[in-house]
Amino acid sequence: MSLKQGGYIPRDRGWQPDAFTPPYKTSVKRSPQAALLSMPTTLGEETGPVFGHDIIGAMDNDLIHNFAADGQSAIGPRIIVHGVVKDESGRPVPGALIEVWQANAGGRYRHKKEGYLGALDPNFGGCGRAITDETGHYEFRSIQPGPYPWPNGLNDWRPAHIHFSIFGLGFAQRLITQMYFEGDPHIPLCPIVGVLKSQEAFDALTAPLDMNRTVPMDARAFKFDITLRGRRQTYFENRPEGL
Amino acid sequence: MPQVLHNLRETPSQTAGPYVHIGCTPNFTGIDIYGGDLGKCMKTGPVKGQEITIKGTVFDGTGTPLRDAMIEIWQADAEGLFNSPEETRGDADPNFTGWGRSPGDMETGEFIFETVKPGAVPFPDGRLQAPHITFWVVARGINIGLHTRLYFEDEADANAADPILTRIEHQNRIPTLLAKSEGSGTYRFDIHLQGAGETIFFDI
Repeated sequence: MSLKQGGYIPRDRGWQPDAFTPPYKTSVKRSPQAALLSMPTTLGEETGPVFGHDIIGAMDNDLIHNFAADGQSAIGPRIIVHGVVKDESGRPVPGALIEVWQANAGGRYRHKKEGYLGALDPNFGGCGRAITDETGHYEFRSIQPGPYPWPNGLNDWRPAHIHFSIFGLGFAQRLITQMYFEGDPHIPLCPIVGVLKSQEAFDALTAPLDMNRTVPMDARAFKFDITLRGRRQTYFENRPEGL
Repeated sequence: MPQVLHNLRETPSQTAGPYVHIGCTPNFTGIDIYGGDLGKCMKTGPVKGQEITIKGTVFDGTGTPLRDAMIEIWQADAEGLFNSPEETRGDADPNFTGWGRSPGDMETGEFIFETVKPGAVPFPDGRLQAPHITFWVVARGINIGLHTRLYFEDEADANAADPILTRIEHQNRIPTLLAKSEGSGTYRFDIHLQGAGETIFFDI
């Protein structure tokens, strides 16, 4: 009798946001109307690209310095963001590529299509990446992003947030999300946060201040753990060991 | 009270937003930190099989092209093997990553992948699936990434036996998953998020 990885556990669509969420206006014409077609995961979803640590440069996870001129650093509150990537069974996910992007301390993104009057920081690019270690941990350094206005309602402001893109081991685990900061009064007002269906889901994206990881006289820390989809463990009694 | 199941809940998804390119294709938006964008090149040397080009555009429910989407694809090599540590059936073509990522053209939204035509891959019950490529689409306004599949219109026999395509109730929607040959190894695969001709999306 052998223990084999089964397919991925179905995504809980009652927990994840729906596609059609009218208060977030852009979703109205970008949401499918037909039901999603359910299918079991196959090899194409159970495999996925895996990136070696060799793609990561020494500064890739340091947004304070990775775009800054020599001897310079980005302006803003210095922070460490760290956490563990696990699957739904609680098993750490090593080797997961995490890509992050964010606005600068004034809420301004470095992007050609961004027109906010907040100033660019010449020493801040706004992107970073890391790969989880053998215990599933990651961390990066950055500056705390500022809130920024967006043309949805007449006076909508995004909470301070950092975007996360995560690759697990299977393409079925592919996930993009946003991390918010504990105590931000914009969180309950935001139509994008509002696509989530429960306070529990809001909380799952809100990183607490982590004074135990803060570096005195240097940077405060926030902890953001991530959970990716899990797999069934299946006994294949009709197959010989090793298959 | 029964015992408590200590399963965790998947982290909730949020939209990638309009500036996804800063994090995922920074060179595309003028930020040169990493020395190149991941997923831009799927071939790292001479590859096995037929080299093909896939072009397409993502449209919203009004027929307007998305000019701020990010499209990722994942596929087997020409022999049906995945370049992944989870692949246990053999070694995939070492010069083919199987994974591509495109932000689309900033003005027209058209995405292009230079890749190879994938070989057939078995379904969990052993039947062969028709050659296909998994697509994943994220953008501003999309709260959770959309999975779909590209099949090839010139693989009619394999498509007619495909375990996924044959279970679709609305068979008249299957053409939304078929890439159209434009000759010279080029295929067009447009994605319609909503409305008439809406692409089939999967809950995998």
